[in-house]
Amino acid sequence: MRSTCRFFVPALLALSLMGCGSKPPAEETSSTAPAAAPAAAPVDPATAAEITGTVSFEGQAPSRVRIRMDAVPACTEASKEPVFSEEVVVNDNKTLRDVFVYVKDGLGNRTFPVPATSAVLDQKGCWYRPHVLGLMTGQKLNVKNSDPTNHNVHPIPTQNREWNESQPPQAADLAKDFARPEVMIPVKCNVHPWMKAYIGVVPHPFFAVTDEQGSFSLQGLPPGDYTIEAWQEKYGTQEQKITVGPKESKAITFTYKG
Amino acid sequence: MRQADSVWVHWFAVLTAFATFVLIIAGALVVGHDAGLSVPDWPLSYGSLMPPMEGGIFYEHGHRMIAALVGALTIALAIWLWQRDARRWVRILGVIAVVAVITQAVLGGITVLYLLPVPVRIFHASLAQLFFCITLGLALFTSRAWAADSAADDRGFPGLRLLSCAATCAVFIQLILGAALRHGALGLMPHIAWAAAVAVLVIWMGYVALARLPRSETHLRWFSGSAIFLVILQLGLGYGSYYTRLVTRDASQPDQAMIHVTTTHVAVGAALLGASLLTTLLAFRRLRHRSEVVSFNRGAQKTAA
Repeated sequence: MRSTCRFFVPALLALSLMGCGSKPPAEETSSTAPAAAPAAAPVDPATAAEITGTVSFEGQAPSRVRIRMDAVPACTEASKEPVFSEEVVVNDNKTLRDVFVYVKDGLGNRTFPVPATSAVLDQKGCWYRPHVLGLMTGQKLNVKNSDPTNHNVHPIPTQNREWNESQPPQAADLAKDFARPEVMIPVKCNVHPWMKAYIGVVPHPFFAVTDEQGSFSLQGLPPGDYTIEAWQEKYGTQEQKITVGPKESKAITFTYKG
Repeated sequence: MRQADSVWVHWFAVLTAFATFVLIIAGALVVGHDAGLSVPDWPLSYGSLMPPMEGGIFYEHGHRMIAALVGALTIALAIWLWQRDARRWVRILGVIAVVAVITQAVLGGITVLYLLPVPVRIFHASLAQLFFCITLGLALFTSRAWAADSAADDRGFPGLRLLSCAATCAVFIQLILGAALRHGALGLMPHIAWAAAVAVLVIWMGYVALARLPRSETHLRWFSGSAIFLVILQLGLGYGSYYTRLVTRDASQPDQAMIHVTTTHVAVGAALLGASLLTTLLAFRRLRHRSEVVSFNRGAQKTAA
């Protein structure tokens, strides 16, 4: 019995500590005052360039799986129309929606002011709206619950602090931010396991999510050489290098194959 | 302990073991539905004792409610045994059961509050099986089968005592490997490889019990025979779990067929552990080892001389 205890108690403690120690280090959250942002290197509007483009899709569009919400009446009542997975959404013009496009490299040590406006992630009809969104590091994210049912909001980052909070109906918005760049952070609701969203966090404002036309626009870029990356939930990432001169506007196309 | 008390405490221990088995199934359903974090707070759920039982909350809070029931049953059983059972080791085992169920509850809380740390989840799953073994043991130790005189000899090599002990340890290790697989700490191969060892040991144990023991050893034959059936069923369920997980790995939400098969796999694993454990405990209780028989005979010869 004594030898069993000698093994069992330290093993329990060790396992607990291993588990507790597996998370990324704690960081500033929305509940604490943010540190003063470093002075931003201004971008001269007179020379600002633009990169636009589309994300096209080749091949047979995968059939979209219908989400079964039958087990939760509050969700079926909130979503009268059938709801389909948004993992791959091919637009009518054979382009892809919900692709996160951003400047991955080329901005050097420039810093940019954090937008005063908050990004919004709404839970409506037991569905995250939007499915994919972008944020700057430190920018506020307001998570709303427009549903008459409970949700839990659970981002699963690898570079930022993971958190999981409940949000009952008509509760106040959750105001959060992410301190470190990370592309992408999955967000899930464990109450309704079909609910998934993805957040791209970058240290600059040059990011976009493709729309119903599969297009994107990165405006106000300083002239230079850039690496642009596109991220798609199912098909992964693609990169392109591009050079833009002063006041220049260039277009690029990413192509994913089904 | 009076005879009437003995019967009632035995059935109370059986009830506790059965509730623990249900709790293991409820835990497997939580994992299957990916509902472990659907209730972010602990020990309360959404700040209350009874949140709306919808979606993942139904499984997570349901698991907590059954756990609370098992905790209450375990404490009541321990108090009952402490007051009425003359055997000190049984009373101590009742206290160990209480410590185990409290530890298990704390591990469950750590799992929620620290967002599913993998080592703690594996430990939580493994301690659940160990606690199930303790409750089964208490049910057996308070039964008439345990109180009856020993009868048969443990003939042949390896004996049933050795085989059943090895089989029970192998099943328990397999359940840990299964938990590690389910929670992403280990790959599939260790679980598959060890399944072969488990199958051989359990079938060997069952064969030895059925072939060598007299029909009067009803309980031993029944438990070991059940273990053979369960291990064969478990191999099929293991394949089913792998297949359903494979074909639904890109699903937008947990697939019901996958949940049913994997939950049954966990439940049958616990039942197999229970059958092996009960065979082991009864084998050590009721069978005389060959060396004991020899020494007894020598002693008898000396006495006769």
